[in-house]
Amino acid sequence: MIKKEMVAMLLAGGQGSRLGVLTSKVAKPAVAFGGKYRIIDFPLSNCINSGVDTVGVLTQYQPLRLNTHIGIGIPWDLDRNIGGVTVLPPYEKSINSEWYTGTANAIYQNIDYMETFNPDYILILAGDHIYKMDYEVMLEFHKEKEADVTIAVMPVPMVEAKRFGIMITDDEKRVVDFEEKPDKPRSNLASMGIYIFNWHVLREALVKNADQPNLDFGKHVIPYCHKKEAPLFAYEFNGYWKDVGTLESYWRANMELIDIVPEFNLYEEYWKIYTKSEILPPQYIAGDTFVERSIIGEGTQVYGKVYNSVIGCGVTIGTDTIVRDSIIMNRTKIGDGCEVYKAIIAENVTVGNGVKLGVGEEAENETDPHIYDSGIVTIGEKSIIPSHVAVGKNTVIFGVTDEEDYPDQYLASGKSLLKAGV
Amino acid sequence: MMKAIGIILAGGNNFRMRELSQKRAVCAMPIAGSYRSIDFALSNMSNSQIQKVVVFTQYNARSLNEHLSSSKWWDFGRKQGGLVVFTPAVTSDNNFWYRGTADAIAQNLAFLKNSHEPYVLISSGDCVYKMDFNKLLDYHVARKADITVVCKEMGVDCNVDRYGILKMDAEDWIEEFEEKPAIARTNMVSCGIYVLRRRQLIELIEKSAEEDRFDFVKDILIRYRGSKRILGYRMNEYWSNIATVEDYYNTNMDFLNKETSDYFFRQHPDIYSKVDDLPPAKYNYDARVRNSLIASGSIINGTVEDSVIFRKSFVGNNCYIKDSIILNDVYIGDNSHIERCIVESRDTIRANSYHKGEDGIKIVIEGNDRFVI
Repeated sequence: MIKKEMVAMLLAGGQGSRLGVLTSKVAKPAVAFGGKYRIIDFPLSNCINSGVDTVGVLTQYQPLRLNTHIGIGIPWDLDRNIGGVTVLPPYEKSINSEWYTGTANAIYQNIDYMETFNPDYILILAGDHIYKMDYEVMLEFHKEKEADVTIAVMPVPMVEAKRFGIMITDDEKRVVDFEEKPDKPRSNLASMGIYIFNWHVLREALVKNADQPNLDFGKHVIPYCHKKEAPLFAYEFNGYWKDVGTLESYWRANMELIDIVPEFNLYEEYWKIYTKSEILPPQYIAGDTFVERSIIGEGTQVYGKVYNSVIGCGVTIGTDTIVRDSIIMNRTKIGDGCEVYKAIIAENVTVGNGVKLGVGEEAENETDPHIYDSGIVTIGEKSIIPSHVAVGKNTVIFGVTDEEDYPDQYLASGKSLLKAGV
Repeated sequence: MMKAIGIILAGGNNFRMRELSQKRAVCAMPIAGSYRSIDFALSNMSNSQIQKVVVFTQYNARSLNEHLSSSKWWDFGRKQGGLVVFTPAVTSDNNFWYRGTADAIAQNLAFLKNSHEPYVLISSGDCVYKMDFNKLLDYHVARKADITVVCKEMGVDCNVDRYGILKMDAEDWIEEFEEKPAIARTNMVSCGIYVLRRRQLIELIEKSAEEDRFDFVKDILIRYRGSKRILGYRMNEYWSNIATVEDYYNTNMDFLNKETSDYFFRQHPDIYSKVDDLPPAKYNYDARVRNSLIASGSIINGTVEDSVIFRKSFVGNNCYIKDSIILNDVYIGDNSHIERCIVESRDTIRANSYHKGEDGIKIVIEGNDRFVI
């Protein structure tokens, strides 16, 4: 008989629209992070490092990159005879075919998958956070408290608590109440979107609430369990945990990796983060160059100067080019004599020679001021930027652009230049 | 579908590698930051669609066996074929080590006999090169040779006395074959890559075994050069054999050359190796790196010039590394000076050390304990 104590269900179907063009063509969990990784590598590595070897990955929005990245799970040792990683897209049914309409609805539609493994517990994970966490310790806690549901929480500063779902607990860590984005928070324990359910409790809750539109864990399933007076506990996590939901937080989390001893340290021997590495050769730093306070992925060639930056794999940085405070993802080419300041440049972008990015006075973005802010230049994947143009701050470029798109060879701050189908 | 079995000869020791061979077979020597020498032969076979590969190991094979612990990196983790490692084994009719390359094959002849592929491709595991073996095999078949030997014309200033030296006629049939002659008469060297029919190989190996002859080059190629049709196949691209410390040093330094590194790393097909899951290399304040290869997992604080830094190395503050090769997982304490050296893997160099290769390349093995926080 097939039996797995705990099966993880990783929600990776979301778009993450606040990352702008970075998620135009890929789901947020597949966005590159930290030079060579993708965001989903962190929960997947946590799973295998915690001894969870059965993971269902729920995909929906732009799954191609995610599917090819995960494959059969080789990089995470999740290629197993029994269990391993399974990608679970929505599928047609004889009645009531639908997309995944909510987090819990997605899990509900995959009850058969979980049932195959006769699990005792189900671990629900979000695919878009940067953290290292031992789910086994959380499971110990769950068992020790004889909980039906355990919710991972993290203490946040009281002033920020109103941005989160807040858990109010008693001395035993039992959840007595919770509130979603409260104006006057009664606690600072924010839900991290990580849950352990007893399988039969989850199953019952999902089946009972199946008709609820947009069935969601935070809005429906947890309240339902609470109302039934099921034992809900809060597991307090005090390590590094970052939601990289906005361009600013994404940029900042990347930049934190280049501190001398970063709070989130990728160089620790235990708890490795695994990823699919296609590019193997070492990076080449040429003669007349300068690289300082940066991390750089495999196979990258640096002929220019790089400061305070996170550079992916297989990138080329041309002669006399200066890159500062920027994130450059895999296989992007930056020409000669460029200046790049505080830019996020996605994968496979080609930047011509003598291009200046992130120059001039700051101005609010004209189309999406809440997305493109903090002075960051954002360039979507496979974009082409012609030689000898200058680009201002809070700008976004996506698609193949040519000189005509840059009047006076200049894209002013706050402009959006979107030529690919967004 | 490729019609050959691959054999990689990876068993040899080489005293000319000095202290570097104490830790590992030459075939497991780290190359170009992220690879080991056997990766080149393995990748070539994989890229030539060879499905079944046998590696013969003997000398100091621990490191090599670890490297080959999974065959999936070279895409040999398959039901059809796959990668097999043969180490010497005591059997009911044999209790010898491999007494030579031919003996290694002889002791495992059952494997060859039970295969069905019509050809066998033999490569030594200590050469750095790229080759499409399909073209080699086509050439071998088209010219109706008994054995085809890949050869390369070395530069006039190259000291070739450590190679097998060939002399070919106008049609590239091999007339003379000398192993490591005192005075070489040509600059045409054997690259240690051969192709022949499987039945032919079995016949030659059985005959040699009966006569207590054990070496593939001496007892088969040289002995039969008159009676068998042995053909040369000229190789014009990069080829380097890791036979001496100087070869090893120069081969690694060749990868600082854009042409060489582009040829191996950025032109189809790729070279594969075991993936190590290390984070990106990190450059801290005051890192000064010039004309160097830096592999992943390394952390650089000091100055590195014209050097190859392998995986997971740590270069301390105010260090000066010049014209050197720093092998995997080396820790170099602050204020150290390292010039024209090869620092052995997993070594710990104390702060304020000074190492310089005065005449020739210095091999640094300090062997200090490392205190990990």
